[in-house]
Amino acid sequence: MRIVDATLCGVLARALLAAGIGLAGLSAGHASEDGAEIHRQHWHFSGLFGRFDQAQLQRGYQVYKDVCASCHSMRLLSFRNLAEKGGPAFPEEGVRALAATFQIEDGPNDSGKMFKRAGVPSDRFPSPFANDQQARAANNGALPPDLSLMAKARGVENEAPFYLVPFHWVRDILTSYQEGGPDYIYAVLTGYGEAPKDMKMPDGAPLKMAEGMNFNHAFPGYQIAMPPPLSDKLVKYSDGSPATLKQYAEDVAAFLMWAAEPKLEQRKSMGISVLIYLLVTCVLMFIAKRRIWARVPH
Amino acid sequence: MANHESSFKPTTGFGRWMDQRLPVARLAHDSFVSFPTPRNLGYLWTFGGILTFCLMVQIVTGIVLAMHYVASPTGAFDSVEHIMRDVNYGWLIRYVHAVGGSMFFFAVYVHMFRGLYYGSYKAPREVLWILGVIIFLVMMATAFMGYSLPWGQMSFWAVTVITNFFSALDSIIPGIGTAIMQWLRGGFAVTGVTLNRFFSLHYLLPFVLAGVVGLHVWALHVAGQNNPTGLDIKSDSDSVPMHPYATMKDLFALAVFAVVFAWFVFFAPNFLGDPINYVEANPLQTPPHIVPEWYFLPFYAILRAIPNKLLGVLAMFGSIAILAFLPWLDTSRVRSAKYRPTYRVFFWLFVVACLALGYLGAKPPEGAYVFWARVFTIYYFAFFMLILPLLGILETPKRMPGSITEAVLGKGGAGQIKGAAAASEKR
Amino acid sequence: MASQDKSEGQPARRDFLELAGGMFAAVGGAATLWPLIQQMNPDASALALASTEVDIAPIKEGQAITVMWRGKPVFIRNRTKEEIAKAKAVPMDELRDTSARNDALPEKATASDENRTKAGKENWLVLVGICTHLGCIPKGQAVVDSRGDFGGYFCPCHGSHYDTAGRIRKGPAPQNLEVPPYEFVSDTKIKIG
Repeated sequence: MRIVDATLCGVLARALLAAGIGLAGLSAGHASEDGAEIHRQHWHFSGLFGRFDQAQLQRGYQVYKDVCASCHSMRLLSFRNLAEKGGPAFPEEGVRALAATFQIEDGPNDSGKMFKRAGVPSDRFPSPFANDQQARAANNGALPPDLSLMAKARGVENEAPFYLVPFHWVRDILTSYQEGGPDYIYAVLTGYGEAPKDMKMPDGAPLKMAEGMNFNHAFPGYQIAMPPPLSDKLVKYSDGSPATLKQYAEDVAAFLMWAAEPKLEQRKSMGISVLIYLLVTCVLMFIAKRRIWARVPH
Repeated sequence: MANHESSFKPTTGFGRWMDQRLPVARLAHDSFVSFPTPRNLGYLWTFGGILTFCLMVQIVTGIVLAMHYVASPTGAFDSVEHIMRDVNYGWLIRYVHAVGGSMFFFAVYVHMFRGLYYGSYKAPREVLWILGVIIFLVMMATAFMGYSLPWGQMSFWAVTVITNFFSALDSIIPGIGTAIMQWLRGGFAVTGVTLNRFFSLHYLLPFVLAGVVGLHVWALHVAGQNNPTGLDIKSDSDSVPMHPYATMKDLFALAVFAVVFAWFVFFAPNFLGDPINYVEANPLQTPPHIVPEWYFLPFYAILRAIPNKLLGVLAMFGSIAILAFLPWLDTSRVRSAKYRPTYRVFFWLFVVACLALGYLGAKPPEGAYVFWARVFTIYYFAFFMLILPLLGILETPKRMPGSITEAVLGKGGAGQIKGAAAASEKR
Repeated sequence: MASQDKSEGQPARRDFLELAGGMFAAVGGAATLWPLIQQMNPDASALALASTEVDIAPIKEGQAITVMWRGKPVFIRNRTKEEIAKAKAVPMDELRDTSARNDALPEKATASDENRTKAGKENWLVLVGICTHLGCIPKGQAVVDSRGDFGGYFCPCHGSHYDTAGRIRKGPAPQNLEVPPYEFVSDTKIKIG
């Protein structure tokens, strides 16, 4: 083998070896955010061939609408998004009927006043509050954040020692781990409970719960203003899925992932085609290069 | 270009006509077709072509994004989401542009480390190297301003922190730093005014970059490419015509690079970024960890390693500026690290130092992290200011081959090449 | 370079490889170019507003409203009996533009009053309110507006006069005002687009 090709192959071989070591030497996905515990879940949409589970997205929307929407806006989504391919894909007529059940502010009319009218699919999801100040006033000063991008606005930090971190990165790149957001959301929604008596903060100081705050294993600082939003049997699923807290948490986290990344399915399927095309191109280019260089001693 | 006879012969009437008026085809032929390229170049020499590709990708995707982007503090964040959700293939173009920035820096770092290892900055390529440093600086400015445009939390706070640096100059001349800072920002704090001007400059600088790249390639073609032995091309047997030998190798390397690029774009587009930038900018709430994008981390670590604000800023800018003096700091008469065994050790330690500084740049500035950041910062500057000047004088290099041909093919190499050339001519 | 190697003995295979390789590259090039072209087409949010439903119950006889549709003004007028009769009485040969300019009808349809309105709803006149000369918005919707010499619309920019069916009668405009695609989803509601 020519020197330069040997070098390239050597580099690739060493990279694969490191990846193998990294993948083999790691526990099954245990990461933490500022000391809190966040486990990696199995998601239907993870990996190269991962796609959304349409029924799960529909259940997740139901949970959002019935439970979360009373405090959390999703202002980047429109009703018509619910009918799009690659998402919950509700039927068009259903979406139109759903939109019409909402009163959307419009105007001003000819007398200069704002008025409410029945929603249409092109309308955005209405916010539960008129503005941030009103939201805070209704929630003891805490602002329930908008959920449109929550699944991409949160992640899982790596607290591993520095010599392991590069292997974690290689593992995450090779497995295309992009589900830190849903993992975190699931952890928070299922992380409520009683604060353990000897709970310590990351710096060693004992945890002091503030007035009106709720203990949560996964939330940074372990105290969250939102009271536990989910409980068993809270929402009735029509497709027979278990009416449990864990199921609600998983479904709504998946729904939020779609809400943040509605083009996920198109992105991954296009990615497979592009990757195959490029790999074939690499092979063709390599053969062409070899042939040309075979003409001269090198 | 400066030294070679042009062998270009126009084949059409139009070609001859143009050749007498504006010999563009001749220039292209002499620079990229018949140009003598060392026959022993490795894959590390394909990154120049890869970088050109990256620049073109960024410009094309950037111009398209600018058709939909709104550069106002109330509209920017939503316009980016509009691109991601509603614009046809907007998600693709946005992710290519964002990942492309990172790929651009990855390629430029490989390109720069190649130069450091093989002595590509040494005479007569000093101007080529300095043009490269200028390109690197313009890239950093462009990337910094581009990152501010989505107007997320990190966009806003990174601009606040970086523009704050200039207020450090107040300790030299009272008031001057604050004046410069307010001039940059267009106000007392970072606002939509800042965003608007950053958008304008972010659109401008890539074209400035393209111009400097033109000068960079011109300077390269005057001296010719370096090669792993560091020896100059002395005879025809040392080189091959750029096309098809180097061009096909470049295309192959580009295809491999594109595979990595595509992997990130389609399967891990947010891996290299920070989730907090998906939260809209809030001037009243600072994120818990302000961290620049990965390609700025080593310099950020150097900045924070120095306890004094002004000295930290000077050290950070100095760590880049010192690159420009490299051709004169390195006193060795031997170009390539292939024949400099002692330098090689320090070089790889330097690589480790840069990687370590990158890791530390993302960590909170406390405890052991601060200590190690200082250690590696000291090594970083010592490498340029102490080790390189001394090594040239003290090191004994290995025996070097007589020519590139000898290095590639051994003592009878020239005969082999003549034989192969004669054989191909018979056909 | 290629020509030198042809006599080597495998010209057909090399040509095939070059051809196949070239086509492969061309497909890749086209696939790369397509998103860059397609992104300039109207995006999903624009397409979502491609239709507008309008409640016409509050518009009394002789009244008119203007709504926005695809970024353009649309005149919706509840014509009086006199206006309808006046429009019907115009012979075709008096019209400059004999085409109905109705998006729901083929190009050849003539500009009769029937072809400018919907059957059974001929009191309703729905027109795109953009002068076919150079794009100004003609006057005639508001009660105080001048309605020109033919009682319909009058464009103040260069003096085009339209009649009570929105057809060009005098002035520089070449075509009748466009009738957009619309339908009655109920007696009191129309959907435009």
